[in-house]
Amino acid sequence: MSIDPALIRKVVLFFLVVCASTAGELCISRAMKSIGEVKDFRPLALLRTIWSAMQVGVLWVGLALMTVAFFSMLMLLSMENVSFVVPATALSYAAGAYGSRIFLGERVAHLRWAGVVLVCIGVALVWQGKG
Amino acid sequence: MSSQHGGLHLKTIVFLLLMVVFGPLGDVFLGKGMRELGELNSWAPADLLHFFSRAFTSGTVWLGIVLLIAFFVCYTLLLSWADFSFVQPASSFAYVIVALLGHYFLGEVVSVTRWFGIALICLGVLFVGHTPHSTTEPS
Repeated sequence: MSIDPALIRKVVLFFLVVCASTAGELCISRAMKSIGEVKDFRPLALLRTIWSAMQVGVLWVGLALMTVAFFSMLMLLSMENVSFVVPATALSYAAGAYGSRIFLGERVAHLRWAGVVLVCIGVALVWQGKG
Repeated sequence: MSSQHGGLHLKTIVFLLLMVVFGPLGDVFLGKGMRELGELNSWAPADLLHFFSRAFTSGTVWLGIVLLIAFFVCYTLLLSWADFSFVQPASSFAYVIVALLGHYFLGEVVSVTRWFGIALICLGVLFVGHTPHSTTEPS
């Protein structure tokens, strides 16, 4: 039994979009938390905030991961319908909830887990309805 | 400041509308541009380079990117006064808009199962959004 190489490519790209975008957001979130809450929204203060954020290494890791996710998304969009790709990437909510618990030490409420389960079922149906 | 206090501010409604227009339109133009390029059948570095150089000469792809940047600017500005727990579920409506645009603008077939899946995703995001936005001690 052989697996269609195109299907493998799609699954890999889908995995990259979900994981790289979530990991990127987590890295950026960690970098922004490390510089503290932004309270001054004047242009000069915002520029100082951006400069401070750029000194945090994990921010660059986050940006690199977001770039990987964007290019993977472009490749996926060349293969699949947008009405399938965009809703299916909502799986990043599940990866985000799991990642924020593991990497950021956040407490994830039961209601949020219930939402994550609904999103996963929804993505499964979107995938199922592809045919 | 919570956007739920004292009803929805006009500015909040305008930015939400801009978000659910710019985001899905950006996705749809990006999708249209990439489908026009055709499927990538090889992941060899030279082929990838050729593929992306073609992608970045497509006006449709650039229109998609500009719309997604506009979406991101609106999203970031909205988050500066509205609660994330309000913005996230409200913006999940964009999944429905993407499917509608895909169907009517790009002629994609969206099955009943997929519509049901999208509805469940929106409901799930609504649940995800209605949880505390901060659970860690401020440092």
